[in-house]
Amino acid sequence: MGNSSSSAAETPLFESWGRYPRFQADVVPLHWNGDFPLQHAPLTKQLPVGLGRSYGDVCLLENGTLLQTAGMDRFLHFDPSTGMLRCEAGVNLQQILDFSVPRGYFLPVTPGTKYVTVGGAIANDIHGKNHHVAGTFGRHVLRFELARSDGTRFVCSPIENPEWFAATIGGMGLTGLITWAEIHLRPIVSRKIEYRGDKFHGIDEFFALSQSASSEYTVAWIDCVSTGRNFARGIFMQGDHSETPGPLTRSKEPKLTFPFSLPEFALNRFSMAAFNALYFHKQLAQQKIGPVDYEPFFYPLDAVLHWNRMYGRQGLLQFQNVLPHESGREGMIEILKAITKSGLASFLAVIKFFGDVPSVGMMSFPKPGPMLALDFPIRRDVSFDLVDRLARITLEHGGRMYSAKDARMTPEQFQAFYPQWQEFARFIDPGFDSAFWQRVTGRRPLVG
Amino acid sequence: MADRLPAAPKRVLALGATSAIAQATLRLFAEQHAAFFLVGRDAQKLAAVRDDLLTRGASAATTFIVDLDDTGAHPAMLAHAATALGGIDIAFLAHGVLGDQPDAEKNYATAAAILHTNFLSAVSLVTWLANYFEAEHRGTIAVISSVAGDRGRRSNYVYGASKGGLNIFLDGVRNRIDRAGVQVLTIKPGFVATPMTAHLKKNALFAEPAQVAKHILHAIEKGKDVIYAPPFWALIMLVVRSVPRRLFKKMNM
Repeated sequence: MGNSSSSAAETPLFESWGRYPRFQADVVPLHWNGDFPLQHAPLTKQLPVGLGRSYGDVCLLENGTLLQTAGMDRFLHFDPSTGMLRCEAGVNLQQILDFSVPRGYFLPVTPGTKYVTVGGAIANDIHGKNHHVAGTFGRHVLRFELARSDGTRFVCSPIENPEWFAATIGGMGLTGLITWAEIHLRPIVSRKIEYRGDKFHGIDEFFALSQSASSEYTVAWIDCVSTGRNFARGIFMQGDHSETPGPLTRSKEPKLTFPFSLPEFALNRFSMAAFNALYFHKQLAQQKIGPVDYEPFFYPLDAVLHWNRMYGRQGLLQFQNVLPHESGREGMIEILKAITKSGLASFLAVIKFFGDVPSVGMMSFPKPGPMLALDFPIRRDVSFDLVDRLARITLEHGGRMYSAKDARMTPEQFQAFYPQWQEFARFIDPGFDSAFWQRVTGRRPLVG
Repeated sequence: MADRLPAAPKRVLALGATSAIAQATLRLFAEQHAAFFLVGRDAQKLAAVRDDLLTRGASAATTFIVDLDDTGAHPAMLAHAATALGGIDIAFLAHGVLGDQPDAEKNYATAAAILHTNFLSAVSLVTWLANYFEAEHRGTIAVISSVAGDRGRRSNYVYGASKGGLNIFLDGVRNRIDRAGVQVLTIKPGFVATPMTAHLKKNALFAEPAQVAKHILHAIEKGKDVIYAPPFWALIMLVVRSVPRRLFKKMNM
């Protein structure tokens, strides 16, 4: 409308989806490919950020310049015969689905939320329920353009600048700004997913179900609160895109928003136990089979905008790890026991087997074996101690943790999980940095 | 996709096609397979908008680079657009500048430049377009104005004056060519989160360009004269207009 009064002097705190930690930063929205490098070169380090849906500090930079890419949201080319889509890096997965589903195409790999950008999906080399057959998102990226803060820009693919391709996929936005990317979508004939849910009691039943499952998508919800008879109970969910031609309509926009931050006491041992019991018994039968829409199958939490407010002002910690097959069973039991004993687990916990499709990215997280992901409300000290304990168990068993979900790894832990980190560091843009990278390279202490 | 009878694709002339509100609106037309003639200053940006619209379903898209401040170039550019599209159905004017109000308070040249871009260049374009559509006995002229044109405020009255003048000009043109079957739509957006307002602190009143675009498309389809986008701004501006002058003088709006 044209109000010439300018913004308030103090810069607001910028937070990721976990709302911990929070840092002051100068947020600069980018709208066009040519907006970067910035016309007035900032005196601070820079870091691209998409929709800020990573959980910890990979998208944060204290007193830095955050390059917000969501305004770079143009589609540049689509080939309906092959499913090849070229788009700017700020396009998000919801926008792709709105575009592609009516044209009979779906994302090759999708995380549990649609609200991530293509640039973010590449930078964190995200994975989904089909990791065991499709690998990570990076495997379906054909090419992208990388723009560096010194003004150079070049195309990266498995054959053009392949070392930059590998460093940037999973490179946490540190190698430069991804301006556009080409991804390969997969064909579908319906929105529907043929779903099957099986209850399991204990880790061995989960392992058996994982072994026998034949679906493209598999994941399990696991109860990380109950002990004794109900220890490690859960529901093993699998699905395939329906092969019966069906609706290919666009999704409706979500109407629900979590209106305010819940007080800290709302999530406690008792309410969480009740939630977990409710969820386990929501499916009454041992097995449930039938078609479901892709929205609740892939994105149950997207139906409520700002669901992270459920965890209160303190925010949440996410823990996600993967263990090798050899030590997977033993290690996961140890981890689950530590979690149930703490009584800190929430309701949102998933377990799945990663497959052996190799990741393209140098710093990608997935490797073959069982992976576990769950949220903890932040209760100072106790939550931090627990996550540190889980990190140590992960390390002892030869596993690793996921940078995009982490706010607490120590430099020693990170460097043991990712021994190739120094080789990766050679590719970092000299003008770029992140709070995560400062932390795991020992340049920023963990904040209480 | 093919669930209704295919109507002839609309032929859309977009002036200031790289503006955020224009892009969001053109995307909706692209989904209806419209053909576009896209006018703007920056070749690279125009190419990105063209690719986006073609990918989203546009049946054709041509770009044309011109500075719309150059009113002398308007008639040839518009005639070229009409030929290239094989006739214009909708002319969409979306260019404009916010300007530097404090500077415009001191320097006439700054104020004149704002008035030239927001008002005079639009007058030049609409003059040609009104005659074109009047002869055709059909068509739509849709123009992005602003709620700022509803009342002069101390904080942005030069921009406001350019939009207020535009509103009155469009009212007059509408009263002249409505009887020829031509729609003249004045669009008054409130706060919209665009590059133009990137420096302003966002609050609950800010709308996304996509939201504003839906209202614009609806207004064009319904043949409306004047809209506020989003519509709640009609109420806000009713209040703003009805504040007594004695009081308004003392306010800091």
